[in-house]
Amino acid sequence: MDVLDIARWQFGIITVYHFLFVPLTIGLTAVIAGLETAWVRTGKEDYLRLTKFFGKLFLINFAIGVVTGIVQEFQFGMNWSDYSRFVGDVFGAPLAVEGLLAFFLESTFLGLWIFGWDKLPRGLHAGCMWLVHLGTLASSWFILAANSWMQHPVGYRFNPETDRAELVDFWAVMFNKVQLVTFPHVIFAAYMTAGTFLLGVAAYLYMKKKHEADRPMYHRAIRIGAVVTLLAGIGVGVTGDLQGKVMTEVQPMKMAAAEGLYETSEGCAPFSVFTIGTPDGTEEKFAVTIPCLLSFLGTGSFDGTVEGINPLRDEYAETYGSDPTSKAYTEGDYTPVIPVTYWSFRFMMGLGFFAAAGAALILWLTRGGRTPGVRWLGTLGLSLPIATTLASSWGWIFTEMGRQPWVVFGLMTTESGVSPGVSTFEAATSLIVLTSLYAVLAVVEVKLLVTYIRKGADPFVEPPDVPVGGADDDRPLTFAY
Amino acid sequence: MELTTVWFALIAVLWVGYFCLEGFDFGVGMLLPVLARNETERRVMINTIGPVWDGNEVWVLVAGGATFAAFPEWYATLFSGFYLPLLLILVALIVRGLSFEYRHKRDEAEWKARWDLAIIVGSAVPALLWGVAFANIVAGVPIDADKEFTGTLFTLLNPYGLLGGLVTLTLFAAHGAMFVALKTDGDIRHRARDLAVRIGVVAAVLAVLFLVWTQVRTGTATTAVVFAAAALALVGGLVAACAGREGWAFVGTFVTIGLAVAGLFLALFPDVMPSTTDPAFSLTTTNAAATAYTLKVMTWVAVVFTPIVLGYQAWTYWVFRRRISVHHIPTAELADARAS
Repeated sequence: MDVLDIARWQFGIITVYHFLFVPLTIGLTAVIAGLETAWVRTGKEDYLRLTKFFGKLFLINFAIGVVTGIVQEFQFGMNWSDYSRFVGDVFGAPLAVEGLLAFFLESTFLGLWIFGWDKLPRGLHAGCMWLVHLGTLASSWFILAANSWMQHPVGYRFNPETDRAELVDFWAVMFNKVQLVTFPHVIFAAYMTAGTFLLGVAAYLYMKKKHEADRPMYHRAIRIGAVVTLLAGIGVGVTGDLQGKVMTEVQPMKMAAAEGLYETSEGCAPFSVFTIGTPDGTEEKFAVTIPCLLSFLGTGSFDGTVEGINPLRDEYAETYGSDPTSKAYTEGDYTPVIPVTYWSFRFMMGLGFFAAAGAALILWLTRGGRTPGVRWLGTLGLSLPIATTLASSWGWIFTEMGRQPWVVFGLMTTESGVSPGVSTFEAATSLIVLTSLYAVLAVVEVKLLVTYIRKGADPFVEPPDVPVGGADDDRPLTFAY
Repeated sequence: MELTTVWFALIAVLWVGYFCLEGFDFGVGMLLPVLARNETERRVMINTIGPVWDGNEVWVLVAGGATFAAFPEWYATLFSGFYLPLLLILVALIVRGLSFEYRHKRDEAEWKARWDLAIIVGSAVPALLWGVAFANIVAGVPIDADKEFTGTLFTLLNPYGLLGGLVTLTLFAAHGAMFVALKTDGDIRHRARDLAVRIGVVAAVLAVLFLVWTQVRTGTATTAVVFAAAALALVGGLVAACAGREGWAFVGTFVTIGLAVAGLFLALFPDVMPSTTDPAFSLTTTNAAATAYTLKVMTWVAVVFTPIVLGYQAWTYWVFRRRISVHHIPTAELADARAS
């Protein structure tokens, strides 16, 4: 393996890993803020117990999300210095703004929330979590604007003198048409993840004899979680559909790669639910297909034309492949790895549909205050947040692998973005150290989550109602590390 | 003033903010085995920084992001060049950040001891390496015509760089001890103050050596004034600590760190990464910068949002202004602490 391969593997592993924690973080901040607000407004004890319980689980998850996020910002410069030089003028700005607007907001108000139970009035304390949520949304906005620019570069010009992309219209980057459909898709997916988490954990505890006394509370949490999941699921579906149309327009190769469609289909392109074929995806042995669905996904019409991989590859080779000194040149061809794009697209959709169906089933089983007697409720429940989380992972693997060989579509190939000065030893050390560390952390994190889920919600303790800064007494802290 | 100069100054401000704030977090972490005599005292120390450490750490993320946006070439050369030290810093920040959140999640003494080690090492390593990195940035490193760093890890481990590392290590330790003295009460408060003075004296000697060396190498009249003021602030802080004035003592180390970092950036200007291979290859505020348009957009964002951020961060410190002592640590868990 050379530095390029190592850097690609590191980016893939480190980023997918980081994003295991991100959707739950984004979604749970909203769920927890909502639960706490419900407590402040209604005074119902269950809402506060759920707030604190899911707050604890959230923090276990959030901690890893934060620390693995630091690596994200550093590795552009470490492993992808030529990329950074080339795009920094455009790509750096959203990253800097993300830090200033989002990271400060999240970290500061989360600190206030964690330690502020006896330092802040109740409404203000709940408000802190809403601000954390606002921070996660702002963070998503800016980082997705940066990513959308890589999918569909806008608002820039290529300056041959400096040999880099330069920003000419910041607002065009902020409101890129890819961004406008990607942001809601990612955020709805995050809400779906949080909904399934609430539902799944509550369903698991609902089924445990130990927690029998708390069944009404968990029943309520199941219902809230299921409703959040289904509403968010509709959002994911609608925005995903819109994304398909934009993708067909700006990255037709990715759409063709999602289906493994080699030749252009003049109207009524079918969509295959699954295919058994040769490993490189060029020959089909057996497939279950839905007629005309791909045309509909890509163009909004069952009769729409969907361009195929082969003509697109020839077109790209002609447009970009003539000048070997260009950053847009590749020795390979201009197609992504088709089996990866084909299957990741299906895993994403399949897992998403599974989670929505599971939530619908559980919502139906618990209708009108019914107590479902089915023994697999907890297992099904817990499988749903795993499904939504993995759906997000596959979605990102699809969207990033589907862009290859580009790192910035039409402008720069991934291979020309790698750091020229980094040695194989350095890159390999980084990959091995970070991957092993992450593996250990994953074990620790999952074990902690399991331990704390099993414990269930703590009994109700009335938090002190205090002015800002806390009451002027010398009592022990309500919460301490 | 040129926008490139404005952004050079803003990035300096971000690093000043980072070292002044996370400097004491690092110090508190490093001194965990030295200052705390038992589990409850360890928890007192950790809880002094508990609500604020994460917000303090964001300063470095914003500094990194701002460098990427305002000086892409600087970001690219620095991060790909100082590869292994940065990797070490990353690992340290990862385990340290997690340990604050995870150490109290289980009661076994072994579990806590392991995370304590993560806090100690995870604080000391970046405290040392940031100093090494900054000393090398100021002194210059081999950079070729393509703006690529051509040295190795050992290029960075030169006497000047290592001295820079020892300065940040000891200065942050003293700063952290001052913070503990300011934020705790009881026995640990007095021990922290005494320790701060002792480490502070060592830090002062090392810092004066380092700053004089820097002044001789790359200093100007302005840096001489700034470095002298930094040294005075440290002496003032130590005197205040001896007099039992913890607030002023902390201000002393805070200002020392701020001025020393500001002085290093002044010594660097107008370069951002001087090349020892050929001065013509040096990265400067102009040849490493982003376009005027990008800098203008970023300036507007910074002008509007920096005061807001400073406002709510300051408010957080005010909310958590009270001193913590052993009897504030929740009693339900005191039993576990005694067991360990």
